[in-house]
Amino acid sequence: MRLSRIAGAGHYTAAFSAAEMFAALYYAALRYDPSRPDLPGRDRFVLSKGHAAIGLYPLLADVGFFPASDLDTYTRLGSPFGDHPDMKRIPGIDFSSGSLGHGLSVALGMALAGHRAGLPYRTWCMLGDGELHEGQIWEAAMAAGHYRLGRLVALVDRNRLCIDGLTDDIMGVEPIEDRFAAFGWRTRRVDGHDLDALLDAFGALPDEPDGPPTVIVADTVKGRGVRRMEYSADWHVGNLVGQDYDDVVAELAAGLRPVEPAAAGTEGAAR
Amino acid sequence: MTAGFDAQDQAEIFRGTASGVTSLKDAKSFDGTDTRAIPAFVFGEELADIADRDERVVVLTADLARSNRAGDFAERHPGRFYNLGIAEKNMVTAAAGLASTGLVPFAATFASFSALLCYEQIRTDCAYPKMPVRVVGHHAGMSMGFYGTSHHALEDLGILRTMADLTVVCATDANHLRALLRLSMDRPGAMYIRLGRGRDPEVYPEVPELEIGRAVRLREGADLTIIATGTEVRPSLDAAEALAADGIAARVVDMHTIAPLDREEVVAAARETGAVLTVEEHNVTGGLGTAVAETLLESGAPRVPFRRHGVPDEYVPVGPPAALYAHYRLDAAGIAAVAREVLG
Repeated sequence: MRLSRIAGAGHYTAAFSAAEMFAALYYAALRYDPSRPDLPGRDRFVLSKGHAAIGLYPLLADVGFFPASDLDTYTRLGSPFGDHPDMKRIPGIDFSSGSLGHGLSVALGMALAGHRAGLPYRTWCMLGDGELHEGQIWEAAMAAGHYRLGRLVALVDRNRLCIDGLTDDIMGVEPIEDRFAAFGWRTRRVDGHDLDALLDAFGALPDEPDGPPTVIVADTVKGRGVRRMEYSADWHVGNLVGQDYDDVVAELAAGLRPVEPAAAGTEGAAR
Repeated sequence: MTAGFDAQDQAEIFRGTASGVTSLKDAKSFDGTDTRAIPAFVFGEELADIADRDERVVVLTADLARSNRAGDFAERHPGRFYNLGIAEKNMVTAAAGLASTGLVPFAATFASFSALLCYEQIRTDCAYPKMPVRVVGHHAGMSMGFYGTSHHALEDLGILRTMADLTVVCATDANHLRALLRLSMDRPGAMYIRLGRGRDPEVYPEVPELEIGRAVRLREGADLTIIATGTEVRPSLDAAEALAADGIAARVVDMHTIAPLDREEVVAAARETGAVLTVEEHNVTGGLGTAVAETLLESGAPRVPFRRHGVPDEYVPVGPPAALYAHYRLDAAGIAAVAREVLG
């Protein structure tokens, strides 16, 4: 919220849908050392949906990759911190992103390198559900299945919305699990806002370097935590000012409520 | 495609193991040129040699290991070779992922695909994050002949030249390619390496001492300078020989690095020889000729007769490569004729 106010615009909803996944990764699942961001044996995380970086930067600061005060420059001229992440300027960012469809190929390359070197790191890649429209995702999925990169994990943030509306109205992406399974992947589906479910799924990942790669499809709500944004395609990029800003900060501080049934008139919430 | 091959050739092609024999560049190649005297396509062999002493080398291709001889590398270093199938965008981006771990990946396919199809992957995943990926575009220009426009790359230099933090080089012949591949190991950031058909007539009898960004003056002359790149260097040298018979002394420069351009050599050409002709197997818009023109105009060099010679702004007709070079006056006789026009 603070960073969006600095910028005057922010990708609110795509960050909120991924918030619990970011937390589960950086506070529990990922193996890394913030004092040595280039450690060869570290787990890699590729944020293929780079527009959610605004939700990742504060976590990277919180776990110690850089001081939180560095984020005061967010999006200002010459800042390391743009709307999409820059690996050359930001410790803890394993690869630059922003152009949808590329991240799984990047992760494929990282996983191939780890496999070749015999390093036991995992490569994690977070994809948006709308991003699955990109053909290059399926090129990478095919290759990962072919090479049996068992330490590659894709997370799909299934928040059901892309910019112009529901993914399933714009261009359907289901059945996601069946599609990945057909490309040789192990699949799992979880509630992406249930931390216990996420931690369970991450903890249950088999350590089979030559096994199939794993995709975890996380059902989420775009804009989760802010009533006016949940299931709304109007807040992909937005700017909260004045009383609206204060109201939303207070709403977030009060913690998650159940999703409003009235807001659930979409195929997404019908599940 | 296999017309003209005998049964033995075809068997070798099928196996993909014959040295120097593939459907695109053997002694009875598709344009009828006898290439037996032309050095072999050394791409895979040279990279395998480099890989013997440098752990960082990995090679990727997109179902063209026979055509680009990456198969020669795969035979010697199978664990460092990835054939990612007919999925070029994934190949280039995966190379960037490999590079992020400290490796130096060479990702090779036809230039029409590596440069044109994957332009955005090169920019966003290789050049911008300064990944040491070597994107190799072979069979560039119109060297694929009658395979047609889908398989030609006459725009690659123009579009890649505009990309920040990307080194763009053109290999002249086999020994020149060896030199470029060796130099590439320690070049920071991403590179695009443009090749012809891989078996191109010899210019350098030995592996030359090259410097990226520094042109090679191959022939001295006081009447004009022919600045050529890649596959057009050999015919430019032959054109200079023909011009010499008419009493015209042409300097010939191998401008193997398109970005960053050797501006000093361009300015010297104008100052010292008084006329400049650029020759490239590329659309006249955007490539070597445009880069040289920009330099001449901005450098304060004297205004001299100048001509960009290449393929005009059109899609080339169907034809064997040798016929196309003659059609566009990109063979030795044609270049000599254009040079005479420049000199009026």
